[in-house]
Amino acid sequence: MSRAPAPGDEFMMRDTASHPPAYAPAYKTSILRSPRNALISLQQSLSEVTAPVFSADELGPLDNDLILNASKDGLPIGERVVVHGFVRDQFGRAVKNALVEVWQANASGRYRHKKDQYIGALDPNFGGCGRMLTDDNGYYAYRTIRPGPYPWRNRVNDWRPAHIHYAISGDGWVQRLITQMYFEGDPLIASCPILGIVPSEEQIRGLIALQDVSGFVPLDSRAYRFDIVLRGHRATLFENHVQGAAQ
Amino acid sequence: MNDLLAETASQTAGPYVHIGLAPNQAGFDIFEKNFGNVLVTPQTKGERIRIEGTVMDGSGTLVRDVLIECWQANADGKYNHPADRQSGKSVDPAFRGWGRACSDFDNGIYSFETIKPGVVQGRKGRPMAPHICLWIVARGINLGLHTRLYFSDETDANAKDPVLNLIEWEVRRKTLIAQRETRDGKVIYRFDIRLQGEGETVFFDI
Repeated sequence: MSRAPAPGDEFMMRDTASHPPAYAPAYKTSILRSPRNALISLQQSLSEVTAPVFSADELGPLDNDLILNASKDGLPIGERVVVHGFVRDQFGRAVKNALVEVWQANASGRYRHKKDQYIGALDPNFGGCGRMLTDDNGYYAYRTIRPGPYPWRNRVNDWRPAHIHYAISGDGWVQRLITQMYFEGDPLIASCPILGIVPSEEQIRGLIALQDVSGFVPLDSRAYRFDIVLRGHRATLFENHVQGAAQ
Repeated sequence: MNDLLAETASQTAGPYVHIGLAPNQAGFDIFEKNFGNVLVTPQTKGERIRIEGTVMDGSGTLVRDVLIECWQANADGKYNHPADRQSGKSVDPAFRGWGRACSDFDNGIYSFETIKPGVVQGRKGRPMAPHICLWIVARGINLGLHTRLYFSDETDANAKDPVLNLIEWEVRRKTLIAQRETRDGKVIYRFDIRLQGEGETVFFDI
């Protein structure tokens, strides 16, 4: 007999109060790129509770080492940092084998991207992207150069705080998430429109990595800790009986 | 429930999403193996199709910096994932069912090379018409947008599909139907996405 999805496969419904609204005029580009109609809320089916599974052999040995993975004839310029943390669900359970992909500007605030025209210099030894899978504890780690802040066209003098972009793919399609990580103490955090549209101080705090002395590599790199929370599998008490009866 | 952690806040993918998720499109080569828009190998079972379309903003302007991911069942209607316990259907080892595509910086067209998925069992045993899940991210999109692509040649199945029927405004259901055409002997399904305004695509909270 097929039944889909099974109890325990479904995820908690998304709390929209955790996220910036689609239409957020302070971030001007969102004005024409935000749907005007309400999202249609779906009870999850197999299509939503499943997701692609990735394997370690798809990744290369330097994929999580941004200091070396694009190095041509030397090391990239900038502050060497390790970034590490756990991917967990809303109940604190480890999300294992999650694909974590990161990208960022170099120490000058310049992206290696054909559309980035910023005057900050490209670094011939820095690419700015990496990827890894979480281990059985939901743990991930990578090494990189701390990115620089950079100006962007929103208001005429808006600057992005230093940040690293993250894309995370977990157990279910509903967990797919893109976010950005910031650095503790960055004075640009307070005036960033993209952070400012996050609806609560607590949720903003969740995007700011803390310096983590315990992760420092002596005489080599500082470390930052950044944990990520994805949606959790919900309990489906009694619902089986109800569904069985309906069939 | 007080102990429940909040999901990490979503942030826009920004204009340079390609660096992280599709570095070749950003203009450089870094990884040995790249994730891309071709979901099939010669061994994959099923009818070869190409999904093709554009994404438009609320002014009717093409969104040329969008990234779209797709997730679908195989030709048997089975997802390549342990939570799919449908009996009598098998996983195709030559098909993961996932891909990512970027719109072209000039003409705005995105595409996937895949197979047409089979019927998947929905809630309470109701079959769902063949469909592909799409997730859309870009600069200016603060929380990734979820939608579904259905097929124009599945009229009967679409009419009974539990998700399409949930859309109260019947006129909006057609925004989820990709139109089948044949070009040089290849099957193409055209699927244009409208983020806002006239003919706005239906997006889901899943």
